[in-house]
Amino acid sequence: MGAVIDNFDVLAGGFWLTLQLVFLAAIGALVIGTVIAVFRISPVPPLRAVGTAYVTVFRNVPLTIVFFFSAFGLPALGSNASFLRIPGLDQIFTRLGIDLPYFRFAIIALSLYTGAFVCEALRSGINAVPAGQAEAARAIGLTFTQNLRFVVLPQAWKAAIVPLGSVIIAMIKNSALAGFFGVVGDLSNSGYERITVGGEPAIPLMIGISVGFLIMTVPLGVLLDRIEKRRAVAR
Amino acid sequence: MSQPTTLYDAPGPRARLITIISSIAVGVLVLVGAYFFVYKPLDARGEFEMEKWAALIDPSEDDFALLWARIWDGFQATLIAAAMAVVASLVCGTLLAVARIWLRRASHRRWVGFPAPVAILLRVIMVALDWLSRIFVEVFRGLPVVITIVFVWLGLPSLGVELGDLLWYLVLGLVLYNTVVIAEILRSGMEGLPAGQREAADAIGLSDGQTIRMILLPQAFRIMLPALISQLVVVLKDTSLGFIIGYEEILRVTTQVVQILDNQIQMYIVVGTIYILINYGLSKLAGYVQRRLARGSKTKNLPVETAAPPAAIGAGTGGGLA
Repeated sequence: MGAVIDNFDVLAGGFWLTLQLVFLAAIGALVIGTVIAVFRISPVPPLRAVGTAYVTVFRNVPLTIVFFFSAFGLPALGSNASFLRIPGLDQIFTRLGIDLPYFRFAIIALSLYTGAFVCEALRSGINAVPAGQAEAARAIGLTFTQNLRFVVLPQAWKAAIVPLGSVIIAMIKNSALAGFFGVVGDLSNSGYERITVGGEPAIPLMIGISVGFLIMTVPLGVLLDRIEKRRAVAR
Repeated sequence: MSQPTTLYDAPGPRARLITIISSIAVGVLVLVGAYFFVYKPLDARGEFEMEKWAALIDPSEDDFALLWARIWDGFQATLIAAAMAVVASLVCGTLLAVARIWLRRASHRRWVGFPAPVAILLRVIMVALDWLSRIFVEVFRGLPVVITIVFVWLGLPSLGVELGDLLWYLVLGLVLYNTVVIAEILRSGMEGLPAGQREAADAIGLSDGQTIRMILLPQAFRIMLPALISQLVVVLKDTSLGFIIGYEEILRVTTQVVQILDNQIQMYIVVGTIYILINYGLSKLAGYVQRRLARGSKTKNLPVETAAPPAAIGAGTGGGLA
């Protein structure tokens, strides 16, 4: 265990960077997912087709390939993902502003990929709202947007919160891939580098990395279980 | 699923016209944008030139047969790893699910009829095992698969355990994770069954083991079949992580090919498309099975709709299963 104590600051730094990555990617994924979900239930057929295509592609492709595309495809388009250097935000998340674009690429890949799953979670929430609710709303003359805003979505998010939570947990775990795609110093990368380059013993450091991820995922999972149980009783 | 149609009235002629016109307008805008921001930069880099595509699409090219043979080898390696991981984690997952259901009951049992020290010892052992299985599940459900795979790959040799082929490290890492996920799928399936099933089994005098084996498990398999098939998609996607430890699956092959042919974008498009086709087929199969089950008269009274949720959540299904 000495190796973990020696490298504690490295691991703690990695934990902090992973947390930033996860936080930013979660925001991105929620935004993308909501937009796609609205596309998929909208009255406009082309939008529905776009939404369906998006979900089909990103749900069936390995995240690894999405990472490859954001790491090689975006530069080929001449983009450095500089649009993510949001003034103000890059003061808090300093990695957003640096010249090496891989942190931004990782955010994009994770957001795009997770967005498809967020969309499905939201849609499952919307499907859980009894059809009579939306029909009643239509009967009193609400339009599509009013229907969503005042009747369906306020009820849908309650049913969607547990699936959304498991999507976010899955995303936290998926963020471990970022360390293998150029992001320097996140939890997986920092530990991995210490082992392969620094020659530190593998097992203690891997346990250190694992604990770091468990700190993020297990409490969230327990919280979700609790919400779900309470909901099951209430129903 | 009837929701989309209940959210809005069927569009009338005017709304349809507006939809068509605005769709065309937006479509043209998107095409123009794509031309300037996607086509032009790619064209400037020569991504559309034949030499980058020839080996992939032109059968008369020398490399064509060679390249596709390599791709086929890669996919074979991917499918072998995925198949082995699926079979092994199905077996282990079933065992783990049964063990957890059984332990939960056993840990509440008072062992009446045994002498006191033996009864207490048995109770302590059962409670300890129950907790152990829970911790095992929580740990491996909460870890990224990448980390599990790398852990196995770096950790086992330093313990003096050499598995030889890289395939085994990948399979072992995948199995550790998916065992837990499948166990949780089956467990929630068994716990979701109507309580009457278990009570009836108790009433006709089946033991705990018999109840699980003959009553609960077969029904859980049936109800959770769609979720299990979706887990296949997840496993297939996760085998792509093998490239990190150097296992020669399709992505690894792709990175090697790219170094020679210098056509990253083209190769990844092709490989990504093949992945999408396979996984889309599997998802369709899961949907079909689910519809079949919902229709079948034998399962009419079972809570089929609870089967839908968990597994399809990507390269690392989440912790919300239980």
